[in-house]
Amino acid sequence: MKDWRYWLAEQRGTLLAFGIFIVMFVIYTSNHPAGFTANVVQTASNKGVLLAFVAMAQTLVVITAGIDLSVGMIFTLTNCLASWLVIGTGIETAFGVIAVLGTGLLCGAINGAIVIYGRLQPIVATIATGAVYFGIALLLRPFPGGSVNEDLADALTGRLFGVVPASLVVLLAVVLVVWVPFSRSVLGRAAYAAGSSEMAAYMSGVPIRRGKFAAYALAGLLAAIGGLFLTFFTYTGDAAYASGNAYTLFSIAAVVLGGVSLFGGKGSAIGAIFGALAFRTIGDLLFVFDFDPLWQPLFQGVILLVAVSLGAFALFRVRNRLEWFL
Amino acid sequence: MVGKSDGGIAGRMPKFIRRADPAVLTAFACIVLLLFLGSLYSRSFLSPEYLLQQLKVASFLGVIATGMMLVILLGQIDLSVPWSVAVGAMMACAAAAYGPLGVALAIPFGIFCGMLIGVVNGIGVAYLRIPSMIITLATNAVAQGLMVVYTGGFSPQDSATGAMRYLATGFTIPGVPNAVIIWALIGAAMVFVLTRTSFGRTVYGIGNRERAAYLSGIDTRRVVMIAFAVSGGLSAFGGVLLAGYASKAAQSMGDAYLLPSIAAVVLGGTSILGGRGSYLGTVAGVILITLLQSILSVMQMPEAGRQIIYGVVIVAMLLLYGRAPASR
Repeated sequence: MKDWRYWLAEQRGTLLAFGIFIVMFVIYTSNHPAGFTANVVQTASNKGVLLAFVAMAQTLVVITAGIDLSVGMIFTLTNCLASWLVIGTGIETAFGVIAVLGTGLLCGAINGAIVIYGRLQPIVATIATGAVYFGIALLLRPFPGGSVNEDLADALTGRLFGVVPASLVVLLAVVLVVWVPFSRSVLGRAAYAAGSSEMAAYMSGVPIRRGKFAAYALAGLLAAIGGLFLTFFTYTGDAAYASGNAYTLFSIAAVVLGGVSLFGGKGSAIGAIFGALAFRTIGDLLFVFDFDPLWQPLFQGVILLVAVSLGAFALFRVRNRLEWFL
Repeated sequence: MVGKSDGGIAGRMPKFIRRADPAVLTAFACIVLLLFLGSLYSRSFLSPEYLLQQLKVASFLGVIATGMMLVILLGQIDLSVPWSVAVGAMMACAAAAYGPLGVALAIPFGIFCGMLIGVVNGIGVAYLRIPSMIITLATNAVAQGLMVVYTGGFSPQDSATGAMRYLATGFTIPGVPNAVIIWALIGAAMVFVLTRTSFGRTVYGIGNRERAAYLSGIDTRRVVMIAFAVSGGLSAFGGVLLAGYASKAAQSMGDAYLLPSIAAVVLGGTSILGGRGSYLGTVAGVILITLLQSILSVMQMPEAGRQIIYGVVIVAMLLLYGRAPASR
C-alpha cells in the first residue's frame, strides 16, 4: 500500500465529518433567506465554535478510552467565572483570562487525578465532580448576570478584515497551539496508546498515566476556552444546569459524528470540530425550513441516536460471533 | 500451622460479620454516623416520625436505584434515568385525561412507556453493541425531545390520579407509608431474582465476563435486553410514584435522580464494572444518600453548597472503598 492510503485510512472519520459538514452547510446557506454572506457565516461560526471547543475537550478524554461527563459543567463554571473576572483595564482583563483558563485546567487536572491516581471509573467520577463544578458555578452566579470586557468580546466574535469570522481564527489558533503539539508529543501518543490497549502500552514502557493525565487536564482547558467564548457572546454568566448538561451531551454527539471511536485510541480533534459544526448546522436547518422550534430537542436527539447506531454497521463485517463481546 | 480458620482478627469474629461485604458494612457505618451527626444538630432527628418520613422519601430513589443496580451488575450503565422518570410521570398523568379507563390504566401505561425506552436501550446495547453510556444518553435526549414536543403542543393533563397519590402517600398498614411497602416488595423481588433464579446468576455471570457466559450457552443478549427493559420500567414507576407524591408531573423532575441512583448503587458496594454486589448494599446506599440530602436541607444549605458537598462526599467515599483494583 502506498503512504497516502495509510493516511486516508487513518483520516477516514475526519474526512467523513468534514464531508457531512460541507453538505449540511451548503443545504443550510442555500435555503437561508440571506444566502451565503459574511454575516450568515459569522453567526453560524460563532454558534458552532462553542460546541467545537467542548467537543475538542471531550475528544481528548475519549481518545484515552475514558469519558468526561463534567465538560459541560466546566464550561458553565468558567462562563460564570469569566463574567466576574474578564473586565476592567487591559492588564486586568488579561489576568482574568489567565485565571479563567487556569481554573479550567485545574478542573481537568482534578478529574484526571481522581480517575488515574484514584482509580475510579471515569463515568461516576466525572458525574460527581460535575456536580461540584456546577455547585461552584451556582455560588458565583445564582442568577444570570455580570459583564465582560466588551472591546475584547466584540473583537473575538466579530470579523477580521470584514470577511473572516474572528472566532474561527481563534479556533484555528487553539488547534495549532494545543491540539497539534499534543497529538505529536510523547504524551499525546501515550494517550492514544492507552486508549488503544492500556495493557500493551504499559508493557511497552509508554508513560500512559502521564499521557492520560495530560489529556484530562487539557480537556479542562479547552472547555474553559469554550466557557470564555460563551461569556464573550452573551456578555453574562449563567449557572444553568440544563445548558451544562446539554453541552456534555452534544459534545458526545459531535465526537461520534466526528469519527472518534468511543472505545478509545482512534480519531482526532479536527474530526470532532467538524462533527460539532455539522451537529449545530443540522439543528439550525429546522429554522431555515420553518419548523416549530419545539421540535429541535427531539430532532437533535434523533440525530444523536442515528449517529451512534451507525457504528453498529461494523457488526455486519464480524466473522466470528465472539468478536461481539470485546 | 496456618489453618483455614486462622485469619487474624477477622477469623475470630462471628461468621455473619466475616461473610459481610466490607463495603456494605462501611455504608451502614456511615448511616449510623450521619444519624449521630444529625441528632447533634436537631433533637427530632431520631424520632420515629422523622425516620419514617426519610424512609418514604428514600423509597422513590430506592425503586429507581433497583433498576440501575440490575444494569450496573451487567457492567453497563443507564443514563436515560432522568427522562425515563419524567416520561413515566407525564404519561401516567396524561393517560388519566382519557376517561375512567384512562384513569384505571394510568399507572401501567406510565410504566409501559418507560419500558419502551428501556427496550430501545436494550436493543442498542445487546444487539447493536453500542456502548450503554452512549445509547442511553441518546434515548434520554430523544425522550426529552418527545416530552418537549408533547407539553408544548398539547398537554391533556398533568395532575396525578387518586391511585397514584394513594400509592405514594397513602397508608394501607397504619404508620407505614405505602411507598415504603412498594419499595420493600420490589426489593424482595429483586433479591429473589438475583439470588434464586438462573436469570440472576446469569446477570452476575455476564457482569464478570460476557464472553464466558455466551460460550456457556446462555443467550446473553436477551438477558441484557430484559435488564434494560426492567430498568426503564422501574425508573418510570419511580416517576409515577413521584408524580403521586407531588400530585403532578413536571418537566425536569427526573434530573435530580441520575447521580443519586448511580451513587447509591456504587456506594452500596456494587462494582461499577459489573458482576459483584448485593441488594443489601444498594438499600444502604439509598438510605445513606437520602439521609445526607436530608441533613443538608435541614441545615438549610443552599443548592450550591448541597451540590458541592454531595459531589465531594461521593468522590471521597468512592476513594475510600470503591477503587478499581490496581491493574498489573
